[in-house]
Amino acid sequence: MSPVIPQKGEGFTIPGKYLLFVLTIICIALIVISFNTDVLSKPISTVSGFIITPVQNGISKAGLYLSGRKEDLRQLKKLLEENQRLQKEVDELTIENIMLQQDRYELVSLRELYDLDAQYDDYEKVGARIIAKDSGNWFHSFVINKGSDDGLEIDMNVIAGSGLVGRITDLGNDWAKVLSIIDDSSNTSGMVLSTSDNLIVTGDLQCYSDGVIPFEKLVDTADRVVEGDKIVTSNVSDKYLPGILIGYISTIEKDSNNLTKSGYLTPAVDFDHLNEVLVIKRLKQTVEE
Amino acid sequence: MKPKIKRFTVAFILTVFSFVMQTTVFSWLSFGGIIPNIMLILTVTYAIMKGDRVGIIIGFFCGLLADIFFGTFIGLNAIFYMFIGFFNGKFHQVFYEDDLKLPLILIFTSDLLYGLSYYVIMFLLRSRFDFSFYFLNIILPEVIYTIAITLIYYPMLLLIHKLLDRSDKKEGMRFV
Repeated sequence: MSPVIPQKGEGFTIPGKYLLFVLTIICIALIVISFNTDVLSKPISTVSGFIITPVQNGISKAGLYLSGRKEDLRQLKKLLEENQRLQKEVDELTIENIMLQQDRYELVSLRELYDLDAQYDDYEKVGARIIAKDSGNWFHSFVINKGSDDGLEIDMNVIAGSGLVGRITDLGNDWAKVLSIIDDSSNTSGMVLSTSDNLIVTGDLQCYSDGVIPFEKLVDTADRVVEGDKIVTSNVSDKYLPGILIGYISTIEKDSNNLTKSGYLTPAVDFDHLNEVLVIKRLKQTVEE
Repeated sequence: MKPKIKRFTVAFILTVFSFVMQTTVFSWLSFGGIIPNIMLILTVTYAIMKGDRVGIIIGFFCGLLADIFFGTFIGLNAIFYMFIGFFNGKFHQVFYEDDLKLPLILIFTSDLLYGLSYYVIMFLLRSRFDFSFYFLNIILPEVIYTIAITLIYYPMLLLIHKLLDRSDKKEGMRFV
């Protein structure tokens, strides 16, 4: 039988080449549409959130439970060892006493940090759990288990502990996608708390492995900004509420143009071990055009 | 018609399963922050088992899922995965079930090409020029981790494929 004649029972099929061609056109159209407008995000995210998010939510919960048990066991072992060691060596108690006194100094500095945290207390916040992380290795975004049903909106700020994590960029009924400030495509407008000089914090994948985020365009003609200064979100940012802690300057140097400075800051949030975040339920006020 | 629906359901479940595993379970099992590309394994495996048309469709939906949840714009990953599915489907002719070398080589090459093209479009075009950094810290670890996961995931997919084939044959026998 010649291969041209369709065999019995074989339905009409499109050759792979044409299928690929048609789908590529569709994809390019989707890219153009989603690049220029945000018409697509609402219907697609609703449908997919309906199917995928419940599954992710369940698996995340199970995983957290398991890792919690693992942690319990590990800590139990640790405590037993510690107990033995303490009973044998009474001398160490004296050393620990000294260490406790050192802790007190640390407490004082931590309380200062807490004061900054208390600053955000006027904002209404809602806690959310991270249920999925970026599917690739290139960007740092994640999905949380609260969505428009819980009153969230796009561009709401996300914090963890006392530092800024990022903002919501995509929304479904019961999930929201958070773009973190360390993401390679993220730029945050910040300012130095002590001098109110503005700067731009640029997420960078390359620096992230060193635990720092680069910043640039800091205008500091009076040379007042030093290492260790707090960087908070600026008043002129159009997405972030003012005064949320981003991190501390770790290095700073003059740019080759002699006008601006750039350097690196250590983020206040540990992005590697992020499980729960707080979403501030207030949007930055913007001017209507 | 019945086996077709069964196959469709299995493919749908596997796609969702791979995506969910990649975004949840493996973000805890990541080594140095690197997550293996399980959806790519699924796409390549389906493509060489079933030919280029199935490869295109599975790749399209895998990429679309990744785009909807994490993409900067919808459709880019879909194109990448689709082409991976298409070209790997060309190897359907030389596919033998017991041969593990072919899928390993194809997944290795595909993931490498995926990483390179993703770098070019999403990073090089934004003037991130330090290629060696991205290659050594993102692309290569991802490829190696993906290959390691393939050794576990591929036999599972192969088993599902064989079971489906067997049940199809049985059904055919009954009606003949």
